[in-house]
Amino acid sequence: MTVVTWIIAILFVFPLLWMILTAFKQESDAYTDPPKLFFKPTFDQIAGVLKGDFLPYLGNSAFVTIVSTLLVLLLGIPAAYALSLAPVKGTRNALSFFLSTKMLPIVAAIIPLYIISQNTDLLDTVWALIILYTAMNLPLAIWMMRSFFMEVPGEMIEAARIDGANLPTLLRKIIMPVVAPGVAATALICVIFSWTEFFYAVNLTAARAGTVPVFLVGFITSEGLYWAQLSAAALLASLPVMIVGWFAQNHLVRGLSMGAVK
Amino acid sequence: MSTVTVPAGPAPANTRTSTKKKAAGSGKRRLPLLPALIFVIAVTQIPFLLTLFYSFQSWNLVRPGSRHFVGFQNYIDVFTDTTFLGALVNTVVLTVVCVLVSLLLGLGLAILLDRKFIGRSFVRTLLITPFLILPAAGALLWKTTMFDPTFGLLHFVFGTDIDWLSKFPLAAVMAQIVWQWTPFMMLLTLAGLQSQSKEVLEAASVDGANRWRTFYSITLPHLSRFLQLATMLGAIYIVNSFDAIFLMTQGGPGTASTNLPFYIYQRAFEGFDVGQSSAMGVVVVIITMIVATFALRLMFRAFSVDGGTK
Repeated sequence: MTVVTWIIAILFVFPLLWMILTAFKQESDAYTDPPKLFFKPTFDQIAGVLKGDFLPYLGNSAFVTIVSTLLVLLLGIPAAYALSLAPVKGTRNALSFFLSTKMLPIVAAIIPLYIISQNTDLLDTVWALIILYTAMNLPLAIWMMRSFFMEVPGEMIEAARIDGANLPTLLRKIIMPVVAPGVAATALICVIFSWTEFFYAVNLTAARAGTVPVFLVGFITSEGLYWAQLSAAALLASLPVMIVGWFAQNHLVRGLSMGAVK
Repeated sequence: MSTVTVPAGPAPANTRTSTKKKAAGSGKRRLPLLPALIFVIAVTQIPFLLTLFYSFQSWNLVRPGSRHFVGFQNYIDVFTDTTFLGALVNTVVLTVVCVLVSLLLGLGLAILLDRKFIGRSFVRTLLITPFLILPAAGALLWKTTMFDPTFGLLHFVFGTDIDWLSKFPLAAVMAQIVWQWTPFMMLLTLAGLQSQSKEVLEAASVDGANRWRTFYSITLPHLSRFLQLATMLGAIYIVNSFDAIFLMTQGGPGTASTNLPFYIYQRAFEGFDVGQSSAMGVVVVIITMIVATFALRLMFRAFSVDGGTK
């Protein structure tokens, strides 16, 4: 069984392994029949991509992802708190509303969004994306974080209240330690979805505010793809999220399981 | 990920609310919720209202001064547009097939991973990775190094000169989407498998239940909420699939792989037809809402049956 699992896993990620191999080939080694498994590796393609105009796109992606994720946490943590530890009337309605916004197909809003961003001078700026990514991730984040907030024992909060703790103290001393792993998992999901988002980025940005996925689109417009360079660009574009994801995968699995069970 | 926690009735809320009834109903407790609520309403609802407004107008950006109200004409046009109907069918096929296949594959992989073996965490890392790479990168990668008729790996493996993207465009796009989403399904299922109580599983084996029996009667019911959550989240994202189609086939050849998001995009940004594409958007929203309401009701029922909270 172990051998079977290994074989399946390697077959499954083979396209990706192939991309990594191709990223270290010369263009002439990239198109061969049969495909070349052994070749003289080179950093030319990686260097070429980095020397080109890739870095501004990378910078935009990083800025948009970080700022929108922070905004999601800033707006989402109080909301998750209100919906779990201090439930207000209509909690269920609020939750259903948040979820229902995820059901609305984003294409149906793209025309007004385009026109609004044009009229407010937000077109082709990182701010348009930041606003949209925050709104895109916030509902899911609130749902996720709410389930983690439910883990905080009510008695602990009550005891601290009786001891005279105010809300900021309560948050810092009692609630945050319990919910921190969940908040981290939520932030990770937001980072992944923001970094990989394509539709808004392609339609609302161009040269100035383009993110990494937009950079990759440049490769299909030129007839005759440069496979090795494309692979190098795809690898570099995915690397930041890949690394974060690899290191935080236990968080992710645990976060998802806690979230779904509670 | 907390679908389960929504109280199915008044009962489960008890301990938590009773400790706080003092302040119940006061506006102060709503305060932390308001910024998020207002933000989401402003950013998601206003554009939809505008879409609705535009959908009753004849408005093409390449014909300045053409803008005027036309009532339901755009909607009539949408439903007599064979491309739209084809895109609708493609969207349904793509979503259903991709969700089901990636869910089954994810379940299979999760079962394989839910054992102790050498290199387990490394294998898991490998399997998660397609979810972490950019979908845009994945799409381009499949288009070139996998599906290329002369230099692609599929050509090498099967020894045929089939141009996959023009022969089987929708299937090719679906293969890429399934590849991308299987890890997500696997992660959720794996989380479910690992949250099973070991005692129950041991009790089952003491009672002489075989593997299949244990899986069918204990594991699968336990997994149901995880599988439902995975299905719902997967469907939400896959229904909106755009990257793979835009980058791999451009909806073609002809309209063979055009789905609704791609078709609306084409009408809006290549045809500049604001009225038409808005009407399509509204139709898509209505269809999605009907399906989603139906699905949500099913889910809430399932959750309240198996006990709701915990």
